Amino acid sequence: MGTRNPVTWLGSPAFPEAARTALADTQLRRNLRNATTTIRGRRAAAVAELPDWERLRRAGEAIKDRVLAELDTHLERLEAAVTARGGVVHWARDAAEANEIVLRLVGDEREVVKVKSMATAEIGLNEALAAGGVRAVETDLAELIVQLGDDRPSHILVPAIHRNRAEIREIFRRSGLAATGDAPRELAEAARAHLREKFLSCKVAISGANFAVADTGSVVVLESEGNGRMCLTLPEKLITVMGIEKLVPTWQDLEVFLQLLPRSSTAERMNPYTSVWTGVTPGDGPAEFHLVLLDNGRTATLADPTGRQALRCIRCSACLNVCPVYERTGGKSYGSVYPGPIGAILTPQLVDDPHDAQAASLPYASSLCGACFEVCPVRIDIPEVLTHLRARVVSARGRTAESVAMAAAAWVFGDPARYERAQRLGSLARFLGRDGRISRLPGPGAVWTASRDAPVPPRESFREWWRRNRG
Amino acid sequence: MERIALFATCLTDTLYPATARAVVRLLERLGRAVEFPLDQTCCGQMHFNTGYAAHAEGLARSFASVFAGYDAVVTPSGSCAGMAREVHPKLGAGGVPVYELSEFLVDVLGVTDVGAYFPHRVTYHPTCHSLRVLGVGDKPLALLRAVRGLELVELPLAESCCGFGGTFALKNADTSTAMLADKMRCVLDTGAEVLTSGDNSCLMHIGGGLSRLRAGVRPVHLAEILASTEEDPWAPATR
Ligand code: SF4
Repeated sequence: MGTRNPVTWLGSPAFPEAARTALADTQLRRNLRNATTTIRGRRAAAVAELPDWERLRRAGEAIKDRVLAELDTHLERLEAAVTARGGVVHWARDAAEANEIVLRLVGDEREVVKVKSMATAEIGLNEALAAGGVRAVETDLAELIVQLGDDRPSHILVPAIHRNRAEIREIFRRSGLAATGDAPRELAEAARAHLREKFLSCKVAISGANFAVADTGSVVVLESEGNGRMCLTLPEKLITVMGIEKLVPTWQDLEVFLQLLPRSSTAERMNPYTSVWTGVTPGDGPAEFHLVLLDNGRTATLADPTGRQALRCIRCSACLNVCPVYERTGGKSYGSVYPGPIGAILTPQLVDDPHDAQAASLPYASSLCGACFEVCPVRIDIPEVLTHLRARVVSARGRTAESVAMAAAAWVFGDPARYERAQRLGSLARFLGRDGRISRLPGPGAVWTASRDAPVPPRESFREWWRRNRG
Repeated sequence: MERIALFATCLTDTLYPATARAVVRLLERLGRAVEFPLDQTCCGQMHFNTGYAAHAEGLARSFASVFAGYDAVVTPSGSCAGMAREVHPKLGAGGVPVYELSEFLVDVLGVTDVGAYFPHRVTYHPTCHSLRVLGVGDKPLALLRAVRGLELVELPLAESCCGFGGTFALKNADTSTAMLADKMRCVLDTGAEVLTSGDNSCLMHIGGGLSRLRAGVRPVHLAEILASTEEDPWAPATR
């Protein structure tokens, strides 16, 4: 490989620093609190309607695990089915290969319309197209807001979740899209007028995929706005970039996810638009269809028995919406198109470079509260993967001040007598206490006392009391 | 239920002995003899969660051998109970019947009214691990509701994390503090004078923040409230 995986943004600081900046943005804090609190409540209500939600989650988990266990054969079946129906399948090992394939397929066209897609964001396709002289027009409303604002996405489903209506109107105004006001309807109207023109003029559309059914070679996109449907039907040529883990074996399997995804992501019983296409159909829709199957770190992820659960992800964003860290820091602090809990476990695995300090900071961007695992529709045990990836970081780093301290702590805990001596020594810290609190600790403890008091150690530990009274 | 052991946890043994004494007092009041094997130290959670699984494995093995032969191991920590019950088996050292205090009282002993008296306005913070790893549900609340004199006020957004997260509080101190600020706001909104919970780690965090602000809310572990009686009421620990 050798080239950088664009799944993380070049120049992003490690999470703690990026978060520090984001935390100071009061507008961002408020926008996120409002947005996540609302969607969180609605998701809980939508899920509570289904008596068999737990069984659905388990079914989703099992289907994805089965696919991952036999990924190669399913992919071959998919390729055969797509080809049989007149589509062309391309294989891309990494972002650079995928971008190259797409650029070649775009040919002489100078402008293309795009359906909202995580895979194309992951490979930095828009930037690659721009470098090749092709303008990509995002047609998803939130994605368009990010694009026009020359901004970065901060959420999987709602890339502009960090923006409020007033900010959006201003972004539109500066881009020459006149909105009559900042009501959602007025903003949507302004975007619609802008996009309609593009749908009719562009000859090539680029999409991602939520699912692909290996049995029939059908590709599936779920969306809310209908703009995706326009892209998928009007242009002459359709190029779909899809991660290799997105497939399901049969239509019956798909049915499970069509229930799990909308309730988890938008808290809807069913999403407004589900588009399915199978190869090409003469006289109906695009005359040419290309499916680019993207690896970009996925087979490496698959090789890790604990880490591979991240590949079950259906990008619903429920884990982001419930995450207390994400709620405060926003998505951009993660320095990647995949923010939040899923980003913290997926991004470092796709990057797969233990010496990348930014990616290595991501598994620590969690208090391990477990809210993500609780809502994940495919039961990814995110806290388990986080601690697993932390262990990978630790072993890649070798000897550090932290590893020495941890080894020392383990040595102390390893023997009750040593532990007790350390206890008695630590108890001397009680002389730092005033009025029942310690307001300033020395050394690494200073980070704690920057914002919290520390407890004053007691004169007598519990075990000393026990020995004196019960021993 | 023949032999019951107390696992105090390293944090409580070292910094909050009053909590462990309260567990002993409470269980003895309920007619149960409890032992404290002096060879116990730490469950290995800090090591495991920070990425030092090999160290955690050693500690998990010692834990299993220290508590082998007990019919129940009771601990005043949802998060250490979760570590022992859910993670130790993955480290090849499971099999110890560990219960968080409220689980032990409600599920094993079958009591919710433990005869406690605590005449204070109290709010309860359910810790993430007792909630999501152990699934203690509203057992602690049932125990608190049966305490005489206690006025229980519901904590807004109770289920959101306080921002402690072990080494997270140091590695991501700013984010941790932002989470803490929101938790403190909710606690203060209740007008409670006492904040209780099943984990001294979270109480150390929220309590440390409240103390810094001189907020006038005192953290008290659930065990200490349940151990408090009219004859022998709870009093602040002398250090
Ligand atoms: S990890 Fe789970 S909850 Fe998060 S986006 Fe993926 S499927 Fe949704």
